[in-house]
Amino acid sequence: MTTIDTPSRPSLAGPADYLALLKPRVMSLVVFTALASMIAAPGAIHPLLAATALLCIAVGAGAAGALNQWFDADIDAIMTRTRTRPIPAGLISRQGALEFGTTLAAFSVFTMAFLVGYVPAILLAATIAFYLFVYTMWLKRLTVQNIVIGGAAGALPPVIGWAAVTGNAFDTLPWLLFALIFIWTPSHFWALALAGSEDYARAKVPMLPVVKGSQETRNQILMYSVLLSVVALAPWSMGLTGIVYGALTATLSVAYIGFALILWRASPAHERNAALRLFAFSIFYLFAVFTALAVERLTGFAPQ
Amino acid sequence: MNLTPEEKRKLSQRNWTVAGLLLAFVALVFIVTIVKLGGNIAARPL
Repeated sequence: MTTIDTPSRPSLAGPADYLALLKPRVMSLVVFTALASMIAAPGAIHPLLAATALLCIAVGAGAAGALNQWFDADIDAIMTRTRTRPIPAGLISRQGALEFGTTLAAFSVFTMAFLVGYVPAILLAATIAFYLFVYTMWLKRLTVQNIVIGGAAGALPPVIGWAAVTGNAFDTLPWLLFALIFIWTPSHFWALALAGSEDYARAKVPMLPVVKGSQETRNQILMYSVLLSVVALAPWSMGLTGIVYGALTATLSVAYIGFALILWRASPAHERNAALRLFAFSIFYLFAVFTALAVERLTGFAPQ
Repeated sequence: MNLTPEEKRKLSQRNWTVAGLLLAFVALVFIVTIVKLGGNIAARPL
């Protein structure tokens, strides 16, 4: 007797579902930090090439997000926050997400290499590879330090943007911006993880609140907030940015530590709200600091 | 396999989106090439 495989029904996914696979909200932060770094970089780049570089960074980041959802489909199906994503919702198959993510990753890196430059292309490829192989496949399910080390992937876009303009990846300022985002990431993610720790526990993801508990997480968030203020002010203290960046970053860093202190002191009943407030402020903080960097350069307040 | 009207509509949407994106990609490569070529022509010694 012969058996014939019944072909599966065609997908009901539309373009919007594929766009959701790219994690557009994460993408917007990535693109913005890269844009600010491009504006702050010395030298000039043709606006079309700048737009192309940003497009490549956006698509590359989106591809990394799609590949992350391909690999983590089992976790996403368990967690409340992620179970409406296109794969667990049954709109896009895992195989489809893998093919989509791989295609976009290849397109973004090769387009960056051929149209913008090899240095930003290598950095973009390294970012996608680090996010997929080091963070998603290796660290996320293994260690409580997953997002600390994995944060390097999200911190690289300012270096890519800088390299797109200058062709050079070894200047000091872009790596200070890398350090800023790298140190910002733990407090940002742990605030979110505190608010949804049952979700992570159910999915067996070893996030800090799940493994070490709420108090240790709040201690660490406070410590990273203080460290963030030091790192964020380093570009100004080293004379690489001007007083606009310095004053705004100092003010916002004090507020950041304030939010972290409120969370640190919060009673169990208020912990979730305090964590979500810090999470929201952390996004605003990053946008504001990078806006100051760009505006300062555009208005001539940055050191020449 | 007979497709339902909804499946046909989504398939068509996906096909047109891919076609549009490929066209946009070709246009991007063409325009950037012209821009880079233009700069090099302007920079050559007379």
